[in-house]
Amino acid sequence: MSARPIATTRSAAGIPTARLAVWWIIASEIVIFGGILGSYIMHRMAHGIWADYAANTNTMVGATNTFVLLTSSLFAVLAHQAAERGDGKRAAKLLYMTCGGGAVFLCIKAFEWNYEISHGMTISSNTFWSFYYLAAGVHAAHIIAGCIIMLFVAQTAKRNEELHRVEIIGVYWHFVDIVWIFLFPLLYIAK
Amino acid sequence: MSDHAEHNDSFYIKTWAILLVLLIISVLGPEVGIQWVTLVTAFGIAIVKAYLVAVRFMHINATPRFVVYFVSTALVFMLLFFAGTAPDVMKSSGTNWEKPAWIAADIEYEKNRGAHADGHGDAGHH
Repeated sequence: MSARPIATTRSAAGIPTARLAVWWIIASEIVIFGGILGSYIMHRMAHGIWADYAANTNTMVGATNTFVLLTSSLFAVLAHQAAERGDGKRAAKLLYMTCGGGAVFLCIKAFEWNYEISHGMTISSNTFWSFYYLAAGVHAAHIIAGCIIMLFVAQTAKRNEELHRVEIIGVYWHFVDIVWIFLFPLLYIAK
Repeated sequence: MSDHAEHNDSFYIKTWAILLVLLIISVLGPEVGIQWVTLVTAFGIAIVKAYLVAVRFMHINATPRFVVYFVSTALVFMLLFFAGTAPDVMKSSGTNWEKPAWIAADIEYEKNRGAHADGHGDAGHH
C-alpha cells in the first residue's frame, strides 16, 4: 500500500481537509483579486479619460475568452461528476479538455496582447494599461498554475487514484472563471 | 467521496447554456446605448453568472456554513479596503485635507495626453 499524506486520511470540522484548504485558498485569492479590481474601479471612476483608453480593448475577443472559460468550467464540473461515479478515465479526459480550454484562453490572450503592444498600448503607457496588464496578467498566471496542477491530477485520476483531487482542482478552476466573469465587464464592456 | 447532492450531466449543461445566454445579453447590452442598461447588463449579469458558477459548479451551498462565512469575510474585507481608500482616490479634498498640487497636475497632464492621442492608448513615448 502506498503512503498517503496524513491530511488525506482525516478531516476537521466536518469537511475533507483538501476541500477546506481549497476554499481557504479561494478566500485569500478574493482579497488579492478584490484588491486589484477594487483599485481599478476607484481609479476608473476618478479618471474619466480611462473610458477613452478602455475603448481600445476588443469586446469580442473578451467575450470569446469568456465563452472559452465558461465551457472549460463545464468540463471541470463534468470531470467532478465522473470522479464521483468512480470513472477515473472519463474524469481525466474531461480534465484534459478543461486544460485545453485554458490553453485556448492563453493563446487568444497572447494574440490580443501582441496586437495591443505592437500598437503602442503597453504596460507603461498609462495607469489604465498598467491595471489592464496587471489584472489580466495575474489572472493568466492563475490559469497557467491551474492547468499545470490539473495535468498532474488527471495523470493520477486516469489510474482511478486520488479521485477526490478532481473536485478540488475543479473548485479552484471555477474560481478563476468567476474572476474573469468580473474582469470581462470591467475591462471590455465598461467603455 | 463528496457528500453533496449529485446532479446528472444535463443539469450542468443546462447551467452552461444559461451562462452563455447571459454572456450574450451582457455583450449586447451596451448596444442599446443607455448607460444604466449597460451597467445592469454588464455588472448585474456578472453577479448572476458568478452566483450560478458558485452555487451550481462549486457547490458552495453544500459546504459547511463556516466555509461560507470565511469566504464572505474575505469579501467584506475587500469592500472595507475599497471604502477606506476610495475617498482618497476619487475626491480632490475633504475634511482637513486636499490633494497636493502635483497630483492634481498629474491628473491634468494625463487628461491632456489622452486628448492628444489619436484614439489609441498612449504610445508610451516620454
